[in-house]
Amino acid sequence: MSTVDKALEGTGGYLDDRLRGAKTLRNVLKKIYPDHWSFLLGEIALYTFIILLLTGTFLTLFFKPSMTDVVYHGSYTKLNGVHMSDAFASTLNISFDVRGGLLMRQIHHWAAILFLAAIMAHMLRIFFTGAFRKPREINWLIGVTLLTLGIVEGFAGYSLPDDLLSGTGLRILEGVMLSIPIVGTYITFFIFGGQFPGHDLIPRLYIVHVLLIPGIILALIGAHLFLMYHQKHTQFPGKGRTDRNVVGAPAYPYFAAKTGAWFFYIFAVCAGLSTFAQINPVWLFGPYNPAAISSDSQPDFYMGWLEGALRMMPAWQIDFLGHSLALGVFIAGLLVLGVLMTGLALYPFIEQWVTGDRREHHVLDRPRDAPTRTAVGMAGVTFYGVLWLIGGNDLIARYFDIQLYWTTWFGRVTVIIGPVIAYILTKRICLGLQRKDRDLLVHGVETGIIVMKPQGEFTEITRPVPEEVHAVLTARRELPRLPAAQPDENGVPSPAAHSVLGKLRVRLNHVFTEAIPLPGGNGHGTGDGHRELPTGAEERPALPKAEQEERPEPTSRP
Amino acid sequence: MTEQGNQPEDARASAGGEHGRVTRRRVIGTPPPAEARRLLRDGGAPAQPAPPPKPRMLPADPANPERAKRAERIVATCFMISFVASIAFIASYVIFQVHSVDRVFRSNLGLGLSMTVAFLALGAGATVWVRNVMPKVEITEERKPLASPRPDREAFAEAFEEGTEASQFVKRPLIRRTLLAASTALAVAPIVLLRDLGPLPRTQLRHTAWKADSRLVVLGTNRPLKPAEFASPGGIITVIPEGTDNDLEALAKAAVLIIKFRPEELLAPTVMNWTVDGIVAYSKICTHVGCPAALYEHTTHHILCPCHQSTFDAQRGAKVLFGPAPRPLPQLPITVNADGYLVAQSDFHEPVGPTFWELG
Repeated sequence: MSTVDKALEGTGGYLDDRLRGAKTLRNVLKKIYPDHWSFLLGEIALYTFIILLLTGTFLTLFFKPSMTDVVYHGSYTKLNGVHMSDAFASTLNISFDVRGGLLMRQIHHWAAILFLAAIMAHMLRIFFTGAFRKPREINWLIGVTLLTLGIVEGFAGYSLPDDLLSGTGLRILEGVMLSIPIVGTYITFFIFGGQFPGHDLIPRLYIVHVLLIPGIILALIGAHLFLMYHQKHTQFPGKGRTDRNVVGAPAYPYFAAKTGAWFFYIFAVCAGLSTFAQINPVWLFGPYNPAAISSDSQPDFYMGWLEGALRMMPAWQIDFLGHSLALGVFIAGLLVLGVLMTGLALYPFIEQWVTGDRREHHVLDRPRDAPTRTAVGMAGVTFYGVLWLIGGNDLIARYFDIQLYWTTWFGRVTVIIGPVIAYILTKRICLGLQRKDRDLLVHGVETGIIVMKPQGEFTEITRPVPEEVHAVLTARRELPRLPAAQPDENGVPSPAAHSVLGKLRVRLNHVFTEAIPLPGGNGHGTGDGHRELPTGAEERPALPKAEQEERPEPTSRP
Repeated sequence: MTEQGNQPEDARASAGGEHGRVTRRRVIGTPPPAEARRLLRDGGAPAQPAPPPKPRMLPADPANPERAKRAERIVATCFMISFVASIAFIASYVIFQVHSVDRVFRSNLGLGLSMTVAFLALGAGATVWVRNVMPKVEITEERKPLASPRPDREAFAEAFEEGTEASQFVKRPLIRRTLLAASTALAVAPIVLLRDLGPLPRTQLRHTAWKADSRLVVLGTNRPLKPAEFASPGGIITVIPEGTDNDLEALAKAAVLIIKFRPEELLAPTVMNWTVDGIVAYSKICTHVGCPAALYEHTTHHILCPCHQSTFDAQRGAKVLFGPAPRPLPQLPITVNADGYLVAQSDFHEPVGPTFWELG
């Protein structure tokens, strides 16, 4: 008997006698994981979170979450004799008096930034490939919650050192909280334990940052991974890949080795950044003082879009009946966040309502194969991107020598029209790419070989696309179009399509299902025949036909 | 594919229950061939030839042993580099001491670099291992539909209905409604507990630490000021009420900018009675979200908040010229006391800082 067998028999047998896990664990070992670089984005988020837990635990051993006023006398001599909070003093202590303390602090901060960047990138991958579709809507909701919690967690974390920069962030938080109608002042006093800054906030943020939110995040990550495991991973289209299978390599040893390597790489990147790229040098900012500020104040990148919203929002304030509503601050600080997160959370359900698609999807969409979704996504990315950019408008103005107010006005205009332009452009690009794919399928790959026929005609020889490519190009499952609000053969209008909401749905459906049909015979027809193209026909008629369908609508009314 | 092992495993489980010896021989993941087990259970001598091995899911060896051999050496080298780097990390911890900026940076470099190399080499080794030493496979696994089979759902529904009926929950509204009332009250109760998180705001946001005759002292040095000491037009100083230099709550509302103008430069709506010899005092706390509006452009007399670029006209009562701030910076009434020092006439006449609901 080999040594492997003996080890399994000993410990494994001991555990299995008590837990009966052999069958489950065997399935865990043999689980098939498909391979694609974009599947690693979520893993970055997972592994940076583990790095955050490890380095964060180290930091808690030395950090003092206290706002008690102390006079500093320590290794950073420039601040000797300066009044500061115990939190700030202990952060200096971690940085200058604990070996490896600065490294751990910097790894913690870099990992936090990578954590949120990875969540965002992962989410974009999920969105643009349609991985949120049935059956994965619940996991999408968990993901949106994780993003929101991650932002709050990050903000709470970088506020803890109580330095001038993070204190200014908290001051802005106070201003935003005060703008909440009716209860804003009360909420602010309850959060801060009185007036800003008070003496309670850092200890409160601390417990939120090290226990409450990480606990929730950990539980949600567990649920997120369990659902991924249970539902099996999605895969990109390819030869032999369908909605009924999953193609890849087993967890043990392949996926385990790859993901282990990935963890080491990510840790290496965090450590490398923390070695060579200084982050959050709080000793240069100094302790917080509400009367002082440094110029070029910038939050961590994931708060930048909210900062940008605050910067570009006009000075709207409504005074009525002895009350004041700082509408501009309220919109920029809270509504934008709420609307974007709610929109993200609802999107899978809206899309399903619009398309009426209740099928299970395990093969991912190529972004071009869902032009409207891709266009909506790019509109969202543009909206976020403009807000984020204007979050640093003072730096843009300075380094590019542009008038500061122009950057603000640029932001105000582009945040509205930018997403519209992005939507239109993206949709056109996607449809163009669909045409290209279609041409490839219809005409094949050009070989560059010209032959002359006996009658003197020159033609280029094309060969059919390779099987692997063909599988990708024809992977699109076209969506059925909802019938317009017109009577059926018996003169009875479809009740679902008759209401205002129903008409909206049909209209959106026709926008969403806009696509360049694949060349015939791929089972993509809608049954009403309007998609069937005669060979060699242009794809154009597909679009006017959609309008024709809606045109009879008025006649359906008595 | 995953189904192929079910039958033998179940059989083995029952066998294990009968014979402790067999249980000990059980091997997770790689069950012994059913034939061999049967022989053991019979207790007979293993005389018969071993059955043919089961088809493998994964090949045991890579297709190209030469290449795998080369890769193996690379993997081992990577792991050795990682080993050395980890030792270097421990050495760095011992060698590089801290307690000053320069030494901390050296320590950070030593620890960080060795740690980076340790992880990088480990990752690289694992990558080469999985890509070039392990045999390549691509396996197709069927998906089962996620929805439970119809009978399972029905069985669940039955079980649930039976349970509900047995509980009498539906039949007895008295229990149902009182339980609902009880749980609602219990859910509300913890919210009450949060009341003592902070005091009620009352009118605290309307007042600052400024009082009549509070001297204006310079932030940082706590030096009181005489108008003559602040004589050059275009100058700007941050001042605070005397005795508040370590009271952050007071500073958060009471920080003030004083700016020196030639008297004729000051224009309405600046309140002239609240100025001294062209010295005007404005709240430094931005009316947008409370950052200190610290930047001053003395050619245009603009006060700029560095956070969100609200711009105020210091010449004209700090009215808003641009940006998201909805209100001017409140003006602090100042005068000179008997000793010739700049003092406040009173507190601000309106709340400073961000707009709040009760502002009115």
